Amino acid sequence: MNEDWVLYEVFIRSRSGLEHKHVGSLHAADARMAIEHARDTYTRRQEGVSLWVVRSSEIVASDPEEADALFEPARDKVYRHPTFYAIPDEVKNL
Amino acid sequence: MYTQALDSAGSAAPQGEADEDGRLERFQARIDRDEKIEPKDWMPEDYRQTLIRQIAQHAHSEIVGMLPEGNWITRAPSLRRKVVLIAKVQDEGGHGMYLYSAAETLGVSRTTLIEQLLSGRAKYSSIFNYPTLTWADIGAIGWLVDGAAIMNQIPLCRCSYGPYARAMVRICKEESFHQRQGYELMLALARGSAAQRAMAQDALNRWWWPSLMMFGPSDAHSVHTAQSMRWKIKRFSNDELRQKFISVTVPQAQYLGLTVPDPELRWDEAAQHYRAGPINWSEFHAVLKGDGPCNRERLAARREAHEAGRWVREAAAAYAEKHGAGAVPARSG
Repeated sequence: MNEDWVLYEVFIRSRSGLEHKHVGSLHAADARMAIEHARDTYTRRQEGVSLWVVRSSEIVASDPEEADALFEPARDKVYRHPTFYAIPDEVKNL
Repeated sequence: MYTQALDSAGSAAPQGEADEDGRLERFQARIDRDEKIEPKDWMPEDYRQTLIRQIAQHAHSEIVGMLPEGNWITRAPSLRRKVVLIAKVQDEGGHGMYLYSAAETLGVSRTTLIEQLLSGRAKYSSIFNYPTLTWADIGAIGWLVDGAAIMNQIPLCRCSYGPYARAMVRICKEESFHQRQGYELMLALARGSAAQRAMAQDALNRWWWPSLMMFGPSDAHSVHTAQSMRWKIKRFSNDELRQKFISVTVPQAQYLGLTVPDPELRWDEAAQHYRAGPINWSEFHAVLKGDGPCNRERLAARREAHEAGRWVREAAAAYAEKHGAGAVPARSG
């Protein structure tokens, strides 16, 4: 039996120009309370300038068991990185 | 603030679990490579249960830990001391929230955790069952109790379970102020009148041994240490951490001009640190069992707060339902 309030994930933009980053979660009755709790719980020391709260149930995550199938194929595609290509030292600005 | 190796009843030994498809072995290999385990990853049931127990005890300790210090907020001797103490107590509440969230990632609900605390089934750090009799106790708690907590918690920042380790990083960053404000408070008393110095000495006398007990039973009697070390939930044994604490704290007491209340305390020339006399473990076990000076008072205060807040939780849930926040349970426990 679970009588908890809705679980929200909290994201903070630490300063203007940076992306929001996941910092943790909390329970709240509604979205507004989630923002207020996030402010009290995660930004007591000027950790951020903006908050996002997202219902945890709305997040779709990849399956850790499929991590290899999803991410391993990128491992041998080194030609996607600039260092794969040998350019003579004399050539500048490349 | 305060984790404690409590060695409450554990579950079956992990060796008993059948290793389907070598999963246990692959899990241990990940731990050995210092990889972090995340909530959706496969993990042995004993690893999960050990973490739930430890993180929950840690969270309960933060919440109950607000009580002894909260006792002095209205009587802080200056506005500066009052805002500091309020900020510290608020931090403890925040730490409890981080930790409950981390425990919930392992599949236990917040309601269950709170019920375990309020029913008296869950344990929390023994230190909070001692009373705060004078203002100097607020200094001694910050200096000694938070100091001991920091010793315990720094290694937990490298714990193998990701959500716990991340919560601990956040907590440790905030904890340093707690310890420093406590020592500064002790310093003010130590430099004050004879009566103030006596008050500081009295606080040290009462908090020294309970602080040493915060590190949990001695290694010889610590049932879970070996397995927790293999899983990298724990990085140092109880006695190692306790010794580290003694080594750094005795010189701090000397600087204050206070005497550590241990007639057998001596300098170990070979080891280059101080060694404490024997700890009264029967006191530790009595406090854990519920017979400390304040066990009943602490739980009664938590229950009263929970009950007194019920109408607020119910009103918030009703409001959310009415305004279409949707899927909000009518009752919040």
